[in-house]
Amino acid sequence: MNPDYSGLFAALGPETALVLGALAVLGLDLSVFRSRTRADRLRLALSVAALAVLAAGASVWLGPRGPIYGGVLILDPLAVATRLGVLVLTLLTLGVTRAAAELRQPAEYVAVMLFAATGLMLMAAAQQLLLVFLALELASLSLYVIAGFDHSRRDSAEAALKYFLFGGMAAAFLLFGFSLIYGVTGSIELPRIAAYISLQGADPLLLVALVMVLVAFGFKVAAAPFHLWAPDVYQGAPASSAALIASASKLAGFTLFTRLLWPGFGAAAGNVASLTGEPGWLPVVAVIAALSLLLGNFAALAQSSLRRLLAYSAIAHAGALLLGVMAFGKSGPAPLFYYASTYGLATVGAFGVITAMEAGGRCEEITDLAGLHRRSPLLAACLAVFILSLAGIPPLAGFFGKFAVFSAALRLGGVAGPAGWLAILAIALSTVALYYYLIVLKQALVASPAADARPIRVPRVAALTLAAAAVLIVWFGLFPSQLIGLF
Amino acid sequence: MSLLPWTIYLSLAGALLALAGGRRSAGTARWVALLTAAGAWILTLLAATRFVPGPGLQTLVDASWIPSMGVRYHLAADGISLTLLVLTGIAATAGVLFSWNIEERTGEFFALFLVLVAGVYGVFLSADALVLFIFYEVAIVPKYFLIANWGSTNREYGAMKLALYSFAGSSMVLAGLLWAYAVGGGHGFGFADLAQATAGLSRHQQIAVFALVFFGFATLAGIFPLHTWAPTGHVAAPTAASMLLAGVVMKLGAYGCLRVALPLSPVGFAYWQAPIAWLAVVGIVYAGLVALMQEDLKFVIGYSSVSHMGFVLLGLAAANLQAVSGAVLQMFSHGVIAGLLFAVVGRMVYDRTHTRKLADLRAMPLYRLLPFAAAVFVVAGVASMGLPGFSGFPAELTILIGAWKRDPAWAAVAALGVLVAAAFTLRAIQLGFFGSKETAQQPAPVGAADHPLQFEPVSAAEKIGALLLIGATVLIGLRPDLLLDWINPALQSPLLQAALKAGTP
Repeated sequence: MNPDYSGLFAALGPETALVLGALAVLGLDLSVFRSRTRADRLRLALSVAALAVLAAGASVWLGPRGPIYGGVLILDPLAVATRLGVLVLTLLTLGVTRAAAELRQPAEYVAVMLFAATGLMLMAAAQQLLLVFLALELASLSLYVIAGFDHSRRDSAEAALKYFLFGGMAAAFLLFGFSLIYGVTGSIELPRIAAYISLQGADPLLLVALVMVLVAFGFKVAAAPFHLWAPDVYQGAPASSAALIASASKLAGFTLFTRLLWPGFGAAAGNVASLTGEPGWLPVVAVIAALSLLLGNFAALAQSSLRRLLAYSAIAHAGALLLGVMAFGKSGPAPLFYYASTYGLATVGAFGVITAMEAGGRCEEITDLAGLHRRSPLLAACLAVFILSLAGIPPLAGFFGKFAVFSAALRLGGVAGPAGWLAILAIALSTVALYYYLIVLKQALVASPAADARPIRVPRVAALTLAAAAVLIVWFGLFPSQLIGLF
Repeated sequence: MSLLPWTIYLSLAGALLALAGGRRSAGTARWVALLTAAGAWILTLLAATRFVPGPGLQTLVDASWIPSMGVRYHLAADGISLTLLVLTGIAATAGVLFSWNIEERTGEFFALFLVLVAGVYGVFLSADALVLFIFYEVAIVPKYFLIANWGSTNREYGAMKLALYSFAGSSMVLAGLLWAYAVGGGHGFGFADLAQATAGLSRHQQIAVFALVFFGFATLAGIFPLHTWAPTGHVAAPTAASMLLAGVVMKLGAYGCLRVALPLSPVGFAYWQAPIAWLAVVGIVYAGLVALMQEDLKFVIGYSSVSHMGFVLLGLAAANLQAVSGAVLQMFSHGVIAGLLFAVVGRMVYDRTHTRKLADLRAMPLYRLLPFAAAVFVVAGVASMGLPGFSGFPAELTILIGAWKRDPAWAAVAALGVLVAAAFTLRAIQLGFFGSKETAQQPAPVGAADHPLQFEPVSAAEKIGALLLIGATVLIGLRPDLLLDWINPALQSPLLQAALKAGTP
């Protein structure tokens, strides 16, 4: 193989833009803006970062397509869409990041966020096990750092440590799994592994390796029973870090692992159309999905903390997204991508509202939302859109995500097998979910404000960002084909 | 006819305007809401004058929406939908008139109200099951906030119960539709496409799909034993919302049963016909008996709604021309009458007396203090009992005749329900409005003896709203053929004929 460096360079344009942006953020902060106030430094860092993200977006848009550098990276429609999705979600996260006491080194925070985005971009396109692992680790390590960035709170340190320990364990499993795969198939290139499996059939050792990969998958997307880090991280991390972890990281994670599972190990998928199907990784994913749906929805009922509620709802959504992963082989990436990206929009938005509220006081418990409609009608309206979209109320985007994923899952052999049952279960549980989402909205839109509550002033950029996220959710809800038709 | 989709868009635009207007003054929001509701109603009437009855839906809009799933934005109308559209217009306009006294967050109130109305118009106009479902869910969320925010007794409980029952019902519908579509290999969500896809399923699956869709919709129509959300929700709701809930939103459920569920699977319908009919007649009698025992005037009306909706479900289950056309007529009739009853109880009486307890009202008595309210309630009560001259009479009579033809036992039990309805209505009239001071069981409140109770007189807005609704019920009572001439041709459409045939032994 002739190394095609110019092709590689063109394909990595977005990553280059992000890294240069991060370096520029750090450099400018250390030199020109060193003596400015913290708010100014954050503003500059965010502006530079936003420019870098926009440049990266342009580069993705204009960049090459198809396999790159002998198939180390693949820029198929799913990869391109995921990369754009990651950039949009990162941009929205930057937009709601605010100058707060906990960000003592604002430029470093923003720079690490850009590094995380770089990792996520690579995850979206990686097709070689080594690069998969490196991309995953780059993203994860950056996310551990920003999860623990708030030095003023013990929660934040706890979140980072938990996230790091679980993440390290998951990475170890993943690496062990990869080494077994390499040992069995003799390659780290996904297409060759796929070819090997379809020729030789699924080795028992390979199935063991796949289970290990699924452990890392479950960790990355916060699916039960690998979800234990999620509530603490969502609660303890700075809100904008949590937003990135819950949205862009999830989207990239789903793309990465779906690419591993279907194009890579599709021949070892097994069968979920009936109970007596052949062994493979699909039944394992089905079990993880069922656990996530049940645990996420029922545990969310018991939460009094807003962020923990969002965390458990994220676990439930991960369960539904796993249905999309199962249906990928038959229905393609459209349902999964639509669900994951619009879910990301709603989650970034919800955390954005939390960030904005923290500027005006506390936002820990659900009851802290009380009277939001008086304190800031804009935040209340945006939150209503985000939460109702998470609940899957049409015509918001969340509904079509569920609709597409469930109908794709039902097409996997109908209601006779586990996939169909899972879809029916997920539809039934959406009623449970509506209850806890309405509890949140009841506080925000119905309850009257606490006696000492003051109106919230939302900075213009954050207001625009939240409004943009809400508009996108309504837009993709009214015109779902804009996303579904991409594939 | 082509004006009809504008009812949806006009209501949505009105909602935005009312929200904006509410920031300036409550009065602006009220007038915007009134003009919007009345404007949409006039649109339905204009369309009605140009309507040529015929079998099948007459397409109004048909555009590709989600091509990869075969979903089309397809709006259409026939005589059945037109009947209910006109009803929605009346109920919405009267609802605005009866909420003229909302002072708190007026703009938001009317915005939510109009979104709910837009969703209702959308359901009645949809010719694609998914579009129908979406409008159906659009109507759920505003209900919750209308009740939780502006409601009375136990409002948060009532609102949540209502929202969860509605959503559970709609989840069942979604599961059933997706099952039929995805497993049956459907190409779209048009009613005929879905029926075709369902026909490809096995008999057991068809029975299950039908049950999911029918009972999902029937939950919102208040079928026994899934009706318990209705009385609590209606009682908790502010007047305009209970008028719309009982008057129109319960009809969404019945309409869904008729339009989506029945044609979906003749096999499933044949299997479930008798259970549905028995649940309906049990609901008629049971809810009537419960209404007879209530101490709260609004609960009497709430349970009476469940009882009257039982007739609609019985009509659908009996599945012959008379019964089904009677069911549609009853939807219209009950929509008007329930609206009127809730208006009297919620707005005219409760907003002034601040009590709905029959014992308290009996001691006032209201026929002296609020003669207009008493008169309207008597008219509404008489109409609700199904006396000739009012719309309830032709509706319930045709349903009973139709049901008798299918199975005399159903008709016999349902006729018993008519007696019970007369009993609880007369009791409510007597105790609520025509008591006397001597009947007071407890000593009158302090000071009441020196200062006889004085209530603010019934406002012009209320009078207009009441006369509007009374006019509608009397007009249809005298000329039921006006609506039946729309409804009967619509029942000749091949899809509905197939369903009716399945229900005929």
